Parts: sequence; C-alpha cells; structure tokens
Amino acid sequence: MSDLTHLTISHARAKLRAKEITATEITEAYLSAIERANPALNAYVVVTDDKARDMAKASDVKLAKGEGGSLEGIPLGIKDLFGTEGVHTQACSHVLDGFKPHYESTVTTNLWADGAVMLGKLNMDEFAMGSSNETSYYGPVVNPWRRSRLDTVVMPTTHQGDGGFVSAGGARTARTLDNAQLVPGGSSGGSASAVSAFLCAGATATDTGGSIRQPAAFTGTVGIKPTYGRCSRWGIVAFASSLDQAGPIARDVRDAAILLKSMASVDPKDTTSVDRPVPDYEAAIGKSIKGMKVGIPREYRVDGMPEEIEALWHKGIAWLRDAGAEIVDISLPHTKYALPAYYIVAPAEASSNLARYDGIRYGLRVPGKDIVDMYEKTRAAGFGREVKRRIMIGTYVLSAGYYDAYYLQAQKVRNLIKRDFENAFAAGVDVILTPATPSAAFGIADEDMAADPVKMYLNDIFTVTVNMAGLPGIAVPAGLDARGLPLGLQLIGRPFDEETLFQTAHVIEQAAGTFQPEKWW
Amino acid sequence: MSVDLHTVKRVARLARIAVSEEDAERMTGELNAILGFVEQLNEVDVSGVEPMTSVIPMEMKKRQDVVTDGSKAADIVANAPATEENFFLVPKVVE
Repeated sequence: MSDLTHLTISHARAKLRAKEITATEITEAYLSAIERANPALNAYVVVTDDKARDMAKASDVKLAKGEGGSLEGIPLGIKDLFGTEGVHTQACSHVLDGFKPHYESTVTTNLWADGAVMLGKLNMDEFAMGSSNETSYYGPVVNPWRRSRLDTVVMPTTHQGDGGFVSAGGARTARTLDNAQLVPGGSSGGSASAVSAFLCAGATATDTGGSIRQPAAFTGTVGIKPTYGRCSRWGIVAFASSLDQAGPIARDVRDAAILLKSMASVDPKDTTSVDRPVPDYEAAIGKSIKGMKVGIPREYRVDGMPEEIEALWHKGIAWLRDAGAEIVDISLPHTKYALPAYYIVAPAEASSNLARYDGIRYGLRVPGKDIVDMYEKTRAAGFGREVKRRIMIGTYVLSAGYYDAYYLQAQKVRNLIKRDFENAFAAGVDVILTPATPSAAFGIADEDMAADPVKMYLNDIFTVTVNMAGLPGIAVPAGLDARGLPLGLQLIGRPFDEETLFQTAHVIEQAAGTFQPEKWW
Repeated sequence: MSVDLHTVKRVARLARIAVSEEDAERMTGELNAILGFVEQLNEVDVSGVEPMTSVIPMEMKKRQDVVTDGSKAADIVANAPATEENFFLVPKVVE
C-alpha cells in the first residue's frame, strides 16, 4: 500500500469507511513519520502517542460497526495554543512551564466528538506573536520547502546502435536543493510545516493578523481564517481577543472545508460566538463561479513587491476570469493604515490578556524579595523578547495620557478599514482576490528581520486588514517562484460567507494544482 | 511621539517586567521604531468616526444567572507553583 500519510482527509475518510484501512494503521504511519522527521523540522513540541493509539482504537471500533463521525480516525496535529485536557498546553512560552489544563477547548472538543485522533501539540511563535515561528521557547520550526537552484547540465551527444537514435546533445536543466533552512512562517508555523511535510492529515491553527494564512502560503498549504465569531475562542490561550480566530491548515481546499465544518460551532461559553448554524462547506466545492464578481483592490500593489507576486496575482485573475467570473477593480483606501492600527490594538489587548501570568496560578514562578519582585522576575524570565516588546507597547499605548492618541485613534481607523470592505461588498463584489504575502519564505535568522521588528511585521501587510474587519480569508497555493518556493493567493469574503471562499479557492486550486516539497528530511 | 530610557523603565514597571539597564536601552530603540511606524495613523481624518467596539454587529449574549459550574477547587489550583489545602500560596504581602 502506498504511504498512508500522503492521503488527503477526504481520501482517508473514504478508505476508512470502506474498511480498506484502519485508523490504527494510519495513526501508526503518522507516528513513525513524526519520529523520523521531527528532529529535523521541530514541528511538534509534544507527541501524544499513547493518546493517539487509544483514540485510533476507539475509532476502529466505531468504523467496524459502520459508525463514526465526519473525521472518524483522521489523525490531526493541534497548535499549542489550544487547551487540551491533561496535555502540555503552553502557547510555546516558558511562562506556562508545565501547564496541563483540566479542560478542553471547544474547537478540539468538536474535533474529538467527530472522531479525530490527536497526534500531539504543534510548535508556534510564543503566544502566537511572530511571523516566522522563531519566537517559540522550543526553538524555530523548519520549513520542509527549500530553495532550489536551476543548473544547466550539458548533455553529451550519444549514438545508440547502428542507425539507432541520436540524442541531440545540448543543455538540460536540473534542480538542486539549497541547504539553507527557511522559516515556515508564523505564528502557526508548526501546523503549516507538519501539514506540508505529511506529519498530520490536517492541523488546527489560529490567526490574529495572518498567523494561519501567511504560514499556509509559505508551505504550499491551504489555510482559512473564518469570520470572527465562527469558531469558539473558549479554551484557546488569548492573544488579542477582538482579533483571534481559530481555523484549519490543510493540504487542499476540500480538507480545509471538512475541518472547518467540525471546528466551527455556536458556543454559549464564548459570548462572541455568533448564533448561526454551521453550513456544509464541502457542498460549496465544485460549484461554478460564473457571474461572480471578483474585486481586485488597487491598494494591494505595494512598493517593493517582487514581480513574481504581481505575476501570480495576474495569473489568479486570469484563472477566475476564465472560469466565468467578472473582474472589477476596487479601492480599499485605508489599507495602508491596517498594519499600524493593528500594532496598537493587538499589543494593547495582549498586554491586558497576558497580565494573568503572574507566577501565582499556573506556570513558572521565580522567587523574589516581595510579591512585586516575584511578579517582575517571573515575567522577565518567562516571556521572550517579542512578547515583552508587545506587552511594553500595549502598556504604553494604554497608559494615562496616551489612550486617546493611540488606542482610540486606532479603533476609529479600524472602523474605516471595515467600512472600505463594506462599500466594496455593497457595490456587488462577492469576493476579493489579493496576494497572500509580500514574499516567499525567508531564511531562519534573517538579519534584516532581526534588526528591525517592523520589517518582520510587514509580512502581514495583506492579511491583517481581514482581522481588523473581522472578515473570512483563505490562503490557497497558486504556484512556485523561480527558486521553487510556494506562493499563495488570498481570497477575502463577506462576513460568514466562507462557502464562497471555498468555492472560489477550489477554482484556483484546479487551475494551479497542489504542491509538495521535495523530501530531504 | 517617542520614548526615552526613563519612560521605558516606567512602562516596564507598570507591566511588571524586570528589565536590566541593557534591556531598557535596547527596548527604547525598538519601541521607538514601532511608535514611529504607527505615527502615520495621525494623518487619517477620523472626524465623526466612532471607535470600533465589535467587528460583528451583535447583541451581547447573556446567560441565565444560575450556577452552572463549581466544586472543583483542586482542579483550579492543580497547576499552581505553590499551594496549600486548595489555597494559592504567595509571598507575604501584609506585615
């Protein structure tokens, strides 16, 4: 049998139901793949092998009887931000040292109720703050994709037999993989790397400014951030509560639809969970987009954007036009202010959410000469550099005398950003097409990014607007750049219109194909 | 607006994060880079614009005022670094 880890969720689901394979077999295949690959990729911070085997066994009992949920026996990886009962949950921070919650997040509860199997907890940027997965306490995650070089190989002219064929010598090209390690993006870098490297069938992720879509674009995977309020935030470690949303990273559009259907729910435990039934997202896949109006925002043409990304965007436009969509130019005039407004709102909310890490109720405690000294030492030792930086910014913009100038101004600008989108949708636009990121994956320990935090923040320039407006956005792989690295396109939809995103993303996927890294690990 | 070393130390104190002299100096530069970046928001005309309170217009959900949970003190203190008989232990705060 071919490698079980290479089955998509939809294919594995069919084979499990037809009893061609068992949940135990596919789970064991993933556990051994993780064992072999994780030392190189560092995607998992904890592998829950015993739990995975128990869950798979329980799924097999159900499957044997022809029972089971929509994800029965499907092995998944879970981002370390999701509270998982009795299992390491640290948001990849030292400050949550040893934390094992006595509860289960609503999103993971939904997945287990549908029969999914937990393989382990996935690496991420500390508290989801980062765009490269380098801020994790557990070290950076490595992207399974590597740059490749096109070499010209001169072929000698050869003669075969008497009057046989003559192969005309000349030049042929061959790709050589470069050894430089690249980031998988962040903050859901472990999720993206694991999905792309076949270390889980799909993964949970979260997105506050681009943390699902940017890593998906960097690894040739599909990632969707649903509308704010679609997935319950209950039991997920909070970063910026008005922006955080959970969503899946998967190998193709259909798998992302299957996972989101299970993750999304109406939850009385989260007051921002919206009372709307969860549609069958998979049913939207394959529907024609004929007559659909696709908006192309002129403000997403930014200075210094590589030509390849511009070209990819044009390709995306052509694919959708060929499929019968009507392409219209639109303007979202406040786009450039989304990132600066985000860097006020998100740190402000983070500084407040992260006040709870005080060395008293959970996690790390560093003793001090009095209680304040203990707080200060615990937080100094427990938080990494990027987290401290954001807490400091947040504390400053919320401090007396600065609140109006920063926080209030940013929240007003946020309304203007949202209004831009509302105007476009009111004019009849069904979906908006943009690039997902301003570049392909970059190197681990990139000097420019390390020297200037703002350079790293610019990674989210195309994704952050969507969080500020609470809209759904999907990143779908659309091609490879000249060095063989994946690039993605983003589709932005109306609130709670994830179906149109899946429908349109599938058209792009049909045209572009799917992408797999060449295995070196 | 920009911050000086003194302000950075004051903010670190408010955030309850111990910083060394060296940390504070490095942070001053980093925070000023970020504050310089967000400065551009001042050029946006926001007259008559309300600050956002919720991205999705919705009534805040209220649940019934009844006890739905409880009797799990041991679970609540289970992850604390220091406890005694289901109490959190902290350094002495009152002389």
